[in-house]
Amino acid sequence: MNPRSAFLLAALAIALIALPAFANNYFLSVATLFLFFAYTGQAWNIMMGFAGQLSLGHALYLGVGGYSAAALYFHYGIGPWAGVWVAIIISIALSAFLGALAFRYGIAGVYFTLLTIAFAEFARIGFDHLSWTGGSAGLFLKVAQRDRIDLVNLRGPPAMYYYAILALSALALGLSAWLLRRRPGYYWQAIRENEEAARALGINTVRWKILAVVISAAMTAVAGVFLAFYYNNLFPEQIFNINRSVEIILGPIVGGMGTLFGPIIGAALMSLLTDGATEGVAALGWDIPGVKQLIYGVILFVVIVFLPDGIWPAIARKLKLKR
Amino acid sequence: MSFDFVSLTNVIISGVLTGLVYGLMALGLSVIFGVARVVNFAHGEMMTLAMYASVILFSAFELNPFMAVLPVAAIFFVLGYGLQRWIVNPFVTRPEHTQFMLLLAIAIILTNGQLIFFGPDARSVRLDSLLESIALGPLLIDRGKLYAALVALGTAAALFSFFRFSRGGTAIRACADNWLGAKVVGLNVKQLYALAFGLGSLCVAVAGSMMILLVDLTPSIGPGYRLLAFVIVIVGGLGSMNGALVGGVLIGLSEALAGMFILPSAKSMFSFALLIVVLLLRPRGLIGGQR
Repeated sequence: MNPRSAFLLAALAIALIALPAFANNYFLSVATLFLFFAYTGQAWNIMMGFAGQLSLGHALYLGVGGYSAAALYFHYGIGPWAGVWVAIIISIALSAFLGALAFRYGIAGVYFTLLTIAFAEFARIGFDHLSWTGGSAGLFLKVAQRDRIDLVNLRGPPAMYYYAILALSALALGLSAWLLRRRPGYYWQAIRENEEAARALGINTVRWKILAVVISAAMTAVAGVFLAFYYNNLFPEQIFNINRSVEIILGPIVGGMGTLFGPIIGAALMSLLTDGATEGVAALGWDIPGVKQLIYGVILFVVIVFLPDGIWPAIARKLKLKR
Repeated sequence: MSFDFVSLTNVIISGVLTGLVYGLMALGLSVIFGVARVVNFAHGEMMTLAMYASVILFSAFELNPFMAVLPVAAIFFVLGYGLQRWIVNPFVTRPEHTQFMLLLAIAIILTNGQLIFFGPDARSVRLDSLLESIALGPLLIDRGKLYAALVALGTAAALFSFFRFSRGGTAIRACADNWLGAKVVGLNVKQLYALAFGLGSLCVAVAGSMMILLVDLTPSIGPGYRLLAFVIVIVGGLGSMNGALVGGVLIGLSEALAGMFILPSAKSMFSFALLIVVLLLRPRGLIGGQR
């Protein structure tokens, strides 16, 4: 990392750490959502950006993670610090199962993507009928005391959630950077660029692809736990919805897939644009559902057609930063 | 569980008839994938658009869907042709995920455009002439479903004969088998891709015009039908035309039976389970598999 990028990264970190001191609750909630998508985008980026496996079913891990920790808390009072490990273990088992099935049977490309959607949809309808977690009527956690910080049960004021997701995003960035410069990162990129050639070089492609899926899934499950305790409610129709999977991938695609900072820049841009647009639309007095998603669609379309590599590589070239 | 042979037969007939309409919808997806190798992520959304067109033609001009299907299909053919010609064609040589994202973006724009334009309220077309069922001995056949299935079957038959007997159809098949070879012998591959996308859109328009007789329409049902079309073509074999129809009937049947024996709201879970099993045992689908 050159001094220039180190300086910019440090400035960004200080700005993000200092932000709650200056922001009101609304702005803080926007920033929290931005970091949430920066985090999940990085998780998805490991699987697609690094290893080239397109998942359109990441809502599955978000939902399974959120539901397992929330149900443990709801039924047995087991806090999120224990619950998150259960969420991680369940999502690892689930993603390893999906990955092993798909890659062993040679399901690749379009078929693999459709399989990830099928698993997420299957879970959505399944949780709709699972009475232990409240079925389609949803699961509600006791609403937090907003003035007291209870770190053990992750109950507290908005700033606490903000710092929690900021810490997760920073960890994800560190993990991504570390992975990218170690053996897994090189193997994944070899597989992404040419799987046949990678196999010819003696890389066990099935095993390394499963590893990417598992890491990505486990990280996403942690985000699900965060989401459950942040919003205090879970509905299968929302958390397993394919729109969640799409929102997760927008950040990295807009920002630049396979890069370290692309998912973060992309998530920031999407948050700014969609919230700005929603606010603007509200200010004009058009209270129409669907405007926000329409903007998502238009941005995605424009980026795919005109900037297929995302915006971060272009910015990095301009600022003469290493990508 | 209380059921008798007659009601079981009624459910099976109803499932097969609905399945034929599903099959036509999936046939559109299959034609597009089979030729241009593009997965149309906006398929369900295109179908809801066709359904809205039928609703509007019915409420504005009292044109019933069996008449409205002709202009709707013609418009969709042109729209599909244009979409492939000017927007998707530059993407056919790009990586798969880029094509996915492009069509997904179009799907999102279509769904939410419909939501903004038509609102979230449910709409439907009910024809008085279809209210009375046909009684075949003890069996009751829903008139709307029967006619819808016949139209779907007729459209599929017309498409099959186009591909088998006409010069254009033969050219498209050549293009699907080997686009490089097709190019070498002087076929205009890009135009044939666009033609295939137009025909696929035509299928989905006819299917939508018939579907409006069977279900209530809201903008949010699009993604569900997109997934249903994926399930059908994968079960039948992506790119296989027979497979799409067979898959459609299978899924229609399994939905109807799951609705009767298990839970109506869990019927699509059954379809997804079927999809996962087929993907694992026969990844190329029940009828596909020549590749």
